[in-house]
Amino acid sequence: MAANDESLPVRTGFLGWLNKRLPVDAFVRDQLTGYFAPKNFNFWYFFGVLSLVALVIQLVSGIFLTMHYKVGEATSFDSVEYIMREVPFGWFLRYMHSTGASAFFIVVYLHMFRAFLYGSYKAPRELLWLFGMFVYLALMAEAFMGYVLPWGNMSYWGAQVIVNLFGTIPVIGPGLVEWIRGDYGIADATLGRFFSLHVVAVPLVLLLLVALHLVALRQNGSNNPDGIEIKEKKGSDGKPLDGIPFHPYYTLKDLVGVGVFLIGFAIVLFFVPTFGGLFLEAPNFEVANPLSTPEHIAPVWYFTPFYAILRAVPDQRMGALLMALSLVCFIVLPWLDRSRVKSTRYRPLRWKVWLTVFAVSFVALGYLGLKPADGLYVLLARIFSALYFAFFILMPFYTRGESTARVPERVTISSH
Amino acid sequence: MSDTAAPAPAEVDQDRRGFLTFATTATGAIGVAFAAVPFIESWNPSERARAAGAPVEVDISKVDPGQMITVVYRKKPMYIVHRTPEMVASLSGHDNHLKDAQSEDSEQPAYAQNATRSVRDDFLVVEGTCTHLGCLPKARFQKALPELGADWPGGFFCPCHGSRFDLAGRVFDGSPASKNLRIPLYSYSNDQTLVIGVDATTGAA
Repeated sequence: MAANDESLPVRTGFLGWLNKRLPVDAFVRDQLTGYFAPKNFNFWYFFGVLSLVALVIQLVSGIFLTMHYKVGEATSFDSVEYIMREVPFGWFLRYMHSTGASAFFIVVYLHMFRAFLYGSYKAPRELLWLFGMFVYLALMAEAFMGYVLPWGNMSYWGAQVIVNLFGTIPVIGPGLVEWIRGDYGIADATLGRFFSLHVVAVPLVLLLLVALHLVALRQNGSNNPDGIEIKEKKGSDGKPLDGIPFHPYYTLKDLVGVGVFLIGFAIVLFFVPTFGGLFLEAPNFEVANPLSTPEHIAPVWYFTPFYAILRAVPDQRMGALLMALSLVCFIVLPWLDRSRVKSTRYRPLRWKVWLTVFAVSFVALGYLGLKPADGLYVLLARIFSALYFAFFILMPFYTRGESTARVPERVTISSH
Repeated sequence: MSDTAAPAPAEVDQDRRGFLTFATTATGAIGVAFAAVPFIESWNPSERARAAGAPVEVDISKVDPGQMITVVYRKKPMYIVHRTPEMVASLSGHDNHLKDAQSEDSEQPAYAQNATRSVRDDFLVVEGTCTHLGCLPKARFQKALPELGADWPGGFFCPCHGSRFDLAGRVFDGSPASKNLRIPLYSYSNDQTLVIGVDATTGAA
């Protein structure tokens, strides 16, 4: 409660009664009308709120799918087909959930890239970035377990490959794998625990992490495309000169972004729900078969960059280790980047080139992870994996003492 | 001041308070650790799952030379290959292209750690899950298959990540898998019957 109570409206009647018991007005003032966000947000700043929209879509569609889905080796696949063919609008719920998963990752990846562009992970927002990364990791676990639930053949073999990754851990590996599966193979027991985790445990963790992410955001306020702190330049009224109240300005602006997002979402949901095999893979329309590996196992597109790194290494333990390291790189990013300047706008060409190399490598690895692991594809995966790691590992060296352009005192914005 | 007022800071025995805080925390932590045991244990294979993992008997009299059959043991496919003399002969000659030609780093019972990785030369019994990440290697018994190269001696190819194995399940250089295909415990109860899961030497499953 930064401001005093005089800034709150005088309430009588029911609202007066309510506010004496629940700080509704104070919350609105502190978090919405009195929370100042930089006035120069651009296109990239839509993806935070869109991640929240995707989360709500997944929660709502997931709750309704759970009402019809029956977990079990014998029932899972059939119950998904039942949802698709016989439950009124079941196809809608299911396609909303599967499209929602991919949409979630699209907006989260763009949201993360925004942080790379404008240095949003740099001090004093390292914890904000860390909570975001934990959300991302929880989301990966959630997506992986969710993909197993329809018990299609790709579900089965994807689970087989991912669970066996834990078997590469020295000493405890084999026992750990048996413990995770609860059987000598991916089985009923595995399906049951994945369902419980997917529907109850991980969503709870996700919600908690999202809450922490938002609290950490509010502590220092949003970064902006110029990468300067608006709280350092305040007017005589104590309000940031370059800030505007989150409500109504950004709530309304975000509403436009949400509208555009939902239009795109609906087009995919209604016309191309499988997205050419990228959002829902063809082998998953066949029931899990422990005696038949699909001709070509590829995870859903949002995991393929890491999968390509895994396959690029001709040694299983090293491959799994490098894949884990590729995620650790993200987590330690705030401590790798030594530049004094946040925004790419004022950083040298050298940084821009490295950032481009990283973005291209990530997308290229994503493409290669969908392709079979042979010949030229493996060679390319090795090259792009090397570039991916070079971006992170060499970062402390190429960002130290960067010759940066002069950062403006105030945010730059063109008036309309 | 009443008698119940908190004592002045100087009167607090900080050592005593510190010890009690530590003792309470430690006891609580031990309690939590013990309470976690049932939850963690509940993830291990159930009695039913263990019972379903009993040994399996296989009639091999109907497997012609050059053929392969697959049986399931503990949710895993077991490949049983009736190797022809030519197939057995193909095993020698590429040792320098193998990661673990002598099967020193691979998993197999002692009686299968030999040149043919089997009890009997004519039958290969091998777990049909790639030692890389558990996909099913496919039988590619023909020599010199176009997609596997002119010097392909016949063996198994994993479609997931491209690991290659010879007809004794030994992994070739350049494969993502590091170990040879696993050999299960097995024995012959008679000439025509193979028992997977039972060891001839110990009789234990």
